[in-house]
Amino acid sequence: MLFWENVILALNSLKSNKMRALLTMLGIIIGIGSVIAIFTVGNSVTLSVSTNLQDVGANDVYVSVVEKKEEEADKDAALDGLHFGTIGSSEEMEDKDYMTVDMIHDLCEEYQDDIYAISCSQNLSSTEVSVEGNDATITVIGANVGYFIPNKVEMTAGAMFSASDFEEGKMVCMVEEGLVDDLFDGDYEGAVGQELEFLIEDQAVTLTIAGVYHNESQYASMFNFNMGSNLYIPINAAKRIQRSDLKFSTIEVVANVGVDSGELSNKITKFFDRYYAANDSFEISAYTFTSLVNMLDSILATVTSAISLIAAIALVVGGIGVMNIMLVSVTERTREIGTRKALGAKNSSIRAQFLVEAIIICLIGGVIGLVLGVAGGMALTNYMGYPAAPSIGGILLSIGFSVSIGLIFGYVPANKAAKMNPIDALRYE
Amino acid sequence: MAEIIRLENIVKRFYIGQPNELEILHGISLSVEDGEFVSIVGPSGSGKSTLMNLIGALDRPTSGSYYLDGIDVEKAAENDLSEIRNRKIGFVFQTYNLIAKTNAIKNVELPMLYAGYSASARRKRAMELLDLVEMTDRAKHLPEELSGGQKQRVAIARAMANDPAIILADEPTGALDTKTGRLVMDLFHKLNKENKKTIVLITHSPELASETDRIINIRDGRITEEGGAI
Repeated sequence: MLFWENVILALNSLKSNKMRALLTMLGIIIGIGSVIAIFTVGNSVTLSVSTNLQDVGANDVYVSVVEKKEEEADKDAALDGLHFGTIGSSEEMEDKDYMTVDMIHDLCEEYQDDIYAISCSQNLSSTEVSVEGNDATITVIGANVGYFIPNKVEMTAGAMFSASDFEEGKMVCMVEEGLVDDLFDGDYEGAVGQELEFLIEDQAVTLTIAGVYHNESQYASMFNFNMGSNLYIPINAAKRIQRSDLKFSTIEVVANVGVDSGELSNKITKFFDRYYAANDSFEISAYTFTSLVNMLDSILATVTSAISLIAAIALVVGGIGVMNIMLVSVTERTREIGTRKALGAKNSSIRAQFLVEAIIICLIGGVIGLVLGVAGGMALTNYMGYPAAPSIGGILLSIGFSVSIGLIFGYVPANKAAKMNPIDALRYE
Repeated sequence: MAEIIRLENIVKRFYIGQPNELEILHGISLSVEDGEFVSIVGPSGSGKSTLMNLIGALDRPTSGSYYLDGIDVEKAAENDLSEIRNRKIGFVFQTYNLIAKTNAIKNVELPMLYAGYSASARRKRAMELLDLVEMTDRAKHLPEELSGGQKQRVAIARAMANDPAIILADEPTGALDTKTGRLVMDLFHKLNKENKKTIVLITHSPELASETDRIINIRDGRITEEGGAI
């Protein structure tokens, strides 16, 4: 009963000093706002990455050719897996440095119990394709059967390549919805069976559209740096087009259910050592997404704790501001306190009154900070291209935090008010 | 008649044990009967404020005993003093001391709030009291929207809130012009006659004091003379 009276009193008191209240709240607003924004961004990124990894398969092993390090000691470092293919390497890869079909074949035989599928692809160059005056940019990718196990595609029209398409390397292709939108005005059914003619690797090719697929994997949009949309052809067709043996700088191994992907990646590295022992410049690195996620998590945790520390400082500063203004308020209202005491307010009632006022200041500041933080965090995650996911834990935490700050920093002023001598307080000018 | 206030040999010292120890009241004894309207008169520095603080249970005497409506105030703990002030005493101050930014009816409700009455009971009683002081039409007004006399009437309604044993009025007309002061004094007379309220009026005005049943003169911390109205 008295509690609600105190809340109303506190609100009235804030209303009569709006500017002062707002300035006092600023520290709390900034503190809570930044904590919430960071939590929101962190939560969204973590959530989106782990969801994507479920799509992609965190258990898959990524095998790539990487440049040999000067120092052998670094070889077993956990971050080894971060050398994506040949990005940033100073030496050009020659034909002998790539993984060959034979190697992959042997790998399959050796670990047939562990390996469910191997995804290989051959990226041909990007090119322009035009149909009846409509132009589009495509990236032609030769893919094997296994490619479509980790890289799921959903057929909108037509059908996936058949076993004979793959084996014989027929000149068929699967195109993305976007390409059909550009070339055939979005007529997905009508596009199936149509022929695409274009120049690639200095030769003219004609491909029949076997199917139209819908690509909804966010992972693809996250890491896909290719120009235009992907056009898939059977890997043997790619081999025919490029008129040379297939060679791979990266493959993806899908482990059987129940196989420890970490162990498998060690086996794979060891397996390839026999081919690359004599290679001076390159070797094979196998890694799983789990290691990548762990690293991402630790980076995120570091950033979060650093910003949380800054926010904590802002909150303490804000709390001191609240304490300061409450002390001013108590002094200003000395006569009121004296009157209340004369009318029968107990020390505890006075203490509660000012404590509630301090808590209300912090709580309002906290809620404003919360709203700004969630809005800011969501804007930031949207900008970064992740689905926004405000953290419920962070929201509850910030509410709890603001109340605690009010309690901690409001106690001293409230106690000062409670301990006032009513006679002196009544006489205060 | 029942005795409402009984002071026995009250001594009040300040700065006890320090070089500047000061005795303000040198053994005051007095009693007030139920329904009496008494005035305490004395020049400033006479100890009349100190006496008022003791009667109002805002302070405790250094020695002597004080019974208010049968309660031994001297033995009361701090929280009990709050309760005594809340239930037994209605304060009326020279400067009104209404709570700022709080409307008239909320001000009147305040003692009842601390006494723990429900919101509806408080509202009902407060309206009755505002009616008693003829301030019903100003119930929702803030103190800063009221004139001095109106403020004092609200303050008197507030003093009556918990039906106290005594009303302790400290220079209630001190800040008012003669005409308004007259109205406030009439209100006290009405409360005394019609509501049978015991009223202790502290004043330095012999004229106002002469209207009361009994005048208690204080000088240098002692009661110099006691007498009925002339």
